[in-house]
Amino acid sequence: MRGMDNPRPVILEIDHVSKRFGALVANDDISLSLARGEVLALLGENGAGKTTLMNILFGHYTADAGSVRVAGRPLPPGNTRAALEAGLGMVHQHFTLADNLSVLDNVTLGTEPLLSWRSRRQAARRRLQDLADEFGLAVHPERLVGELSVGERQRVEILKALYRGARILILDEPTAVLTPQESEHLFATLRAMVARGLSVVFISHKMHEILAVSDRVAVLRRGRKVGEVATADTDRHALAEMMVGRAVTRPEVSHLEPGAPVLELAGVHVPGRDGAMALADVSLTVHEREIVGVAGVAGNGQLTLARLLCGLARPASGTVRWRGAAVTRWSPRHFVELGIARIPEDRHATGVFPEMSVWENLLSEDLRRAPFWRGGRVIDGAACRRHARDLMDRFDIRCDGMDVPARLLSGGNMQKLILARVLSRRPRLILANQPVRGLDEGAIAFVHSQLLEAKAGGSAVLLLSEDLDELLALADRVVVMARGHMSEALPADAVSARDLGLMMGGDLGHRPAAEAAS
Amino acid sequence: MRLEPRERAPLWLAVTAPLVAVAASLLLTSVLVLWAGESVPAAYALLFKGAFGSRFALTETLARATPLILTGLAAAVAFRARFWNIGAEGQLYCGALATTWLGTGMVAVHPALMIPMLFAAGALAGGIALLLPMILKVRLKVDEVVTTLLLNFVILLLVNYLLEGPWKDPMSLGWPQAAPIVDEGVLPRLVPRTRLHLGLVVGLAAAVAVWLMMRFTVWGYEIRAVGQNPQAAAFAGIGIGATVLRVALLSGGLAGMAGVTEVAGLKGYLTLDLSPGFGYAGIAVAMLAALHPLGVVLSAVFLAGIYVGADSMSRAVNIPNYIADVIVACSVLAVLVSLMLVRFRVRLR
Repeated sequence: MRGMDNPRPVILEIDHVSKRFGALVANDDISLSLARGEVLALLGENGAGKTTLMNILFGHYTADAGSVRVAGRPLPPGNTRAALEAGLGMVHQHFTLADNLSVLDNVTLGTEPLLSWRSRRQAARRRLQDLADEFGLAVHPERLVGELSVGERQRVEILKALYRGARILILDEPTAVLTPQESEHLFATLRAMVARGLSVVFISHKMHEILAVSDRVAVLRRGRKVGEVATADTDRHALAEMMVGRAVTRPEVSHLEPGAPVLELAGVHVPGRDGAMALADVSLTVHEREIVGVAGVAGNGQLTLARLLCGLARPASGTVRWRGAAVTRWSPRHFVELGIARIPEDRHATGVFPEMSVWENLLSEDLRRAPFWRGGRVIDGAACRRHARDLMDRFDIRCDGMDVPARLLSGGNMQKLILARVLSRRPRLILANQPVRGLDEGAIAFVHSQLLEAKAGGSAVLLLSEDLDELLALADRVVVMARGHMSEALPADAVSARDLGLMMGGDLGHRPAAEAAS
Repeated sequence: MRLEPRERAPLWLAVTAPLVAVAASLLLTSVLVLWAGESVPAAYALLFKGAFGSRFALTETLARATPLILTGLAAAVAFRARFWNIGAEGQLYCGALATTWLGTGMVAVHPALMIPMLFAAGALAGGIALLLPMILKVRLKVDEVVTTLLLNFVILLLVNYLLEGPWKDPMSLGWPQAAPIVDEGVLPRLVPRTRLHLGLVVGLAAAVAVWLMMRFTVWGYEIRAVGQNPQAAAFAGIGIGATVLRVALLSGGLAGMAGVTEVAGLKGYLTLDLSPGFGYAGIAVAMLAALHPLGVVLSAVFLAGIYVGADSMSRAVNIPNYIADVIVACSVLAVLVSLMLVRFRVRLR
């Protein structure tokens, strides 16, 4: 351990940084410091200003006030190149890699001189290999990035930053796409890095990770730094309260007696499309008054399962039964009519029409239906607006009137819009695909209470989520998907996140210890 | 300098921005006027007078605006659905071919039905001309920009062949032109002894109809939905193929009707120089109008005024009428910039 003698030198100082966008104060007088060999966690809800702050560091935005110093030298504002040269490296939540290039090419892209007599490929390759060995980031330099798993791609991103000489690595929600085991591996890498004198800023809203990996936590709320504590001196609840600004109440989960089966899949195969994993021999039954959780690392068939149940894909073989009768028509419209409420995974990409008004967006699954369309063709504006007003009240959609374009809604309000659209039809089955991704605690509680209310009202719920805590808290039974296969359903109160992690890793036959013993 | 998105654009900004843009483009082109050695105020006064300054000028401008309204609507409808129809020129000629086939006595038509039949046939021909690119796009994901653009030349060659061969008017003294439209097919004049004809009324009616459709009908909803977010449209159960088919028929049909107005309203017979690029100018018209159907009428009249006024100006002073193209091109660019400034705020640092 070098340089661990007290006090460790400060490598990064953020000094009274403020940034406004119009009326919105994204960063309000934030000061932070990062020492050599330290992991600083940046905790905050969506919209708390974490991303804005990092964008200022990287020169994507210029701060309205305040300054940034790296190793004592001021960082020129608005200059990305200077940030990179000062030793800042960022691993974005959404990777910035070229799928059709090799690992080595991705890493060296932009670092070689434009005009050079010879490529320094061999030297670059050696250097990459050294870095990979040093930090335990095993990836083959000649493989195409398109062929790599998500965990491997993240390693490439980290290698890319290290290759460019990063001394301060910023990771934005790095575990969102990883299994618990892969996350552990990442944490080991981070520990190796700080042991060698690098510094890490770790952005997350998952408490247990922050507690596991960081030395210090800074909490942002609505653009302000509301707290900064040594990780050793705090716990989950204290952090959650600091982040939200009040005590967080979780909705009451009650176990009900499930009713008749609503949806039954038996031996269903569905081909994948556009690179999505196919479904292979999937069997699953969802009953009235129960929530079935689907766990799995992203990209293991959830997309195809969701497409099937949204009416966008049809099975190649196997049977799908709806309330006892085999399903023969496959179209989104028919599925909506059957009574399936579909909450899409990506609300921006599939949930809304950004330039259309809120009231028009509330209508998208009611096209040609009375009373909104006269004769199925011409809109009845008064009826639609009444309907919209009613839904906006019931689902607490907050915006500047029903005529604003949907793109102006916050993530939480956009999700409420989608909930209002699908839940107001009293569905028999709710397909909730990552329903709280990117939402703040208040909106999460709202979405969860809506799902639980629907369950109590007799609906069946199929909940796809990457957040195991959410699944275990909400679901009555849990299934795990890996490589397109699905495990048997296990009672949620008999499995742990660790069991699910093992199953997500591919061991679908794994059973919880308690059950195996009994 | 950097751009930040605005939460909401104030109304006054959205209204004044295009006007400021047009003024800015006139300012830009005044450099060329100075270069030609003429006085800027005098030249622009002549241009304005030539476009709107007399009864004759006004009717000429409106007659020129007629096909531009229709091709502008064709582009506006298609672009709303993100269907990039660059082939309005070819579809216009298809409409003109249909008009010639039906209107020169080759087919027997009841005289009272002649004019409605001409428009129906022209619209149908224009729509059909767009079907092939549409099917290629929906089935095989072939880029419609390429297919619609290149189809223009194919159609023009077909017109060329017909005019040099089977449809050549024996009375034309060797000129490549078709026989004239029969009397009952000629669109009546709106103002006697001018070239302003019934086509303007058809164009205005089409603009209102397209506006009503886009705003108040389920088809309009679906077209806007598919244009803004095809993935969400498919998710909501909107038939993408059916919607694009409707857009193609509508867009091609509107462009085809522009061919009808030119043959049956303005010229009286089909020639190879029937359209001085009305199909392409329709794109500029639609962009100037920010794809709004009623705005298309205004911007078509503006464009037509620039062209007619520049012709008139070039006869009075030593400035070639090509200046019209420069003004129009600058206006489109300036309006695109202004639309961006309506959505984003510029910050200097």
